Amino acid sequence: MSASAASSRRRLEISLSVLLFVVFVLGWEGAVRLFAIPAIVIPSPTAVMRALAHGLMSGELITHFWVTFAEVLLGFVVGASCGFVIGVLVGLFPLLERTVYPYVVAFQTLPKVAIAPIIVIWFGYGMTSKVVITATIAFFPVLANTIVGLRAVPREQVELMVAFTASRWQIFLMARLPQSLPYVFVGLDVAIVLSVIGAIVGEFVGAQAGLGYLILQRNFHMDMAGVFAILIILSLMGIGLHLLVNAIQRRVVFWIDSAHDKVMGA
Amino acid sequence: MAAPALIAARGLNKTYATQSGETVNALSNVSFDVARGELVTVVGPSGCGKSTLLKILAGILRRSSGEITLGGRPIDGPSRDVGVVFQAPVLLPWRTVLQNVLLPIDIQRQKRADHAERAQALIRMVGLAGFENKYPGELSGGMQQRVGITRALVHDPSLLLMDEPFGALDAMTREQMNLELLRIWGESGKTIMLVTHSIPEAVFLADRVIVMSPRPGRISEVIEVDLARPRDLAVINSPHFGEFVARIRRHFQSLGSLDA
Repeated sequence: MSASAASSRRRLEISLSVLLFVVFVLGWEGAVRLFAIPAIVIPSPTAVMRALAHGLMSGELITHFWVTFAEVLLGFVVGASCGFVIGVLVGLFPLLERTVYPYVVAFQTLPKVAIAPIIVIWFGYGMTSKVVITATIAFFPVLANTIVGLRAVPREQVELMVAFTASRWQIFLMARLPQSLPYVFVGLDVAIVLSVIGAIVGEFVGAQAGLGYLILQRNFHMDMAGVFAILIILSLMGIGLHLLVNAIQRRVVFWIDSAHDKVMGA
Repeated sequence: MAAPALIAARGLNKTYATQSGETVNALSNVSFDVARGELVTVVGPSGCGKSTLLKILAGILRRSSGEITLGGRPIDGPSRDVGVVFQAPVLLPWRTVLQNVLLPIDIQRQKRADHAERAQALIRMVGLAGFENKYPGELSGGMQQRVGITRALVHDPSLLLMDEPFGALDAMTREQMNLELLRIWGESGKTIMLVTHSIPEAVFLADRVIVMSPRPGRISEVIEVDLARPRDLAVINSPHFGEFVARIRRHFQSLGSLDA
């Protein structure tokens, strides 16, 4: 396929996707009006947009947004860093994989929602408990992908470096670590999206601020349009963070071509 | 052979334990010499131990018994004086052509700047001038393999070990690479030991061909190839060349192994 054919095809795909969105929103608005569905069951798109505009203008949504955003980012950074460092240690020392890793997997099988109340009791109703819950969720995908990535070096590559008198440490730094990065980024991409879930779960369990806290409050007041407005903010946050991770990935793991990128980043 | 032997193997054995607990004789009582500056090829069917032999020479695998020396010293690990090329180019995709070529320099903790000029000259010699800053993903298979060969030469080793270096290339690229290897060999004066399963390739390149047979892996004949040098592709059609090929092929036919 020529470059121009590919780009015109891409334009068509984008316009189709936008059209689908417009049809969906119009259908939703029409259905709500036609069947006179009460706003406390399903709010109309216009009502949601009104709630969104009001929330943004009054600053309420923005204040709570920053709280949740900070929890997500901090939790992600803490969890992902721990996952990467422990993944590297497990990759370096096979003994750790046999002794420590089973416990890590056992911890992972615990639903984080179930331990969230304990974490809130331990770390309080403030931001710390949300960061901890988010970190426990972001940790594992990065850990698992780092371990797999460090094993991804072809045997011939290692043999070649040994033949050129490379030490274990040099093989690790020059081949295994860079080779693991595409896998690490798959983990980071999963982790960043899970981090948003982590922060919201934490806020549901007990919080004084944040978008999750605000959802509970508005739900209690049957303010459905207000809740939907928050969902839009949350989904934009998730998409934005996912795109950010992908943009960093393209910079760092530049040698993976875009076709490959699609499979791994999707 | 007046020149002192660079490689000397005496009664070399290598046994493996398979997963099912059997022991396999990969190499049995292998003895040979390779003189400095010689181009020796090793040919044989799958399982004859030719790759094992090369890996022992490269210091990647340990022999089970017997003696093997490189420059008079027993081989007990990889040597800085050796360059290796495998069937797959195994380049690092995040390094440019030049950075890949300089890998042995990095591993030996030498300054890149001291070797950059030599690396550039080698890259020109293999016809990759202008590609120094490209990434492996932007090169064809034949070009990648040339990068691999350049990498094996950059630290100026006296011995070049090649394990089916052109096995993954199409026939036309392969012939071209054979000619190029002979040219590099002529210009650099290195000792080359090359493993292949192509009988014509083994004859075309070699001063001597070591013919191996499987189960257990052993040397069945060493053939002196006295075809005139420099050689070009026309030599392949000469009757003398055909005689060498036929002589080697007879070894494998008597074994019943047709995959060589």
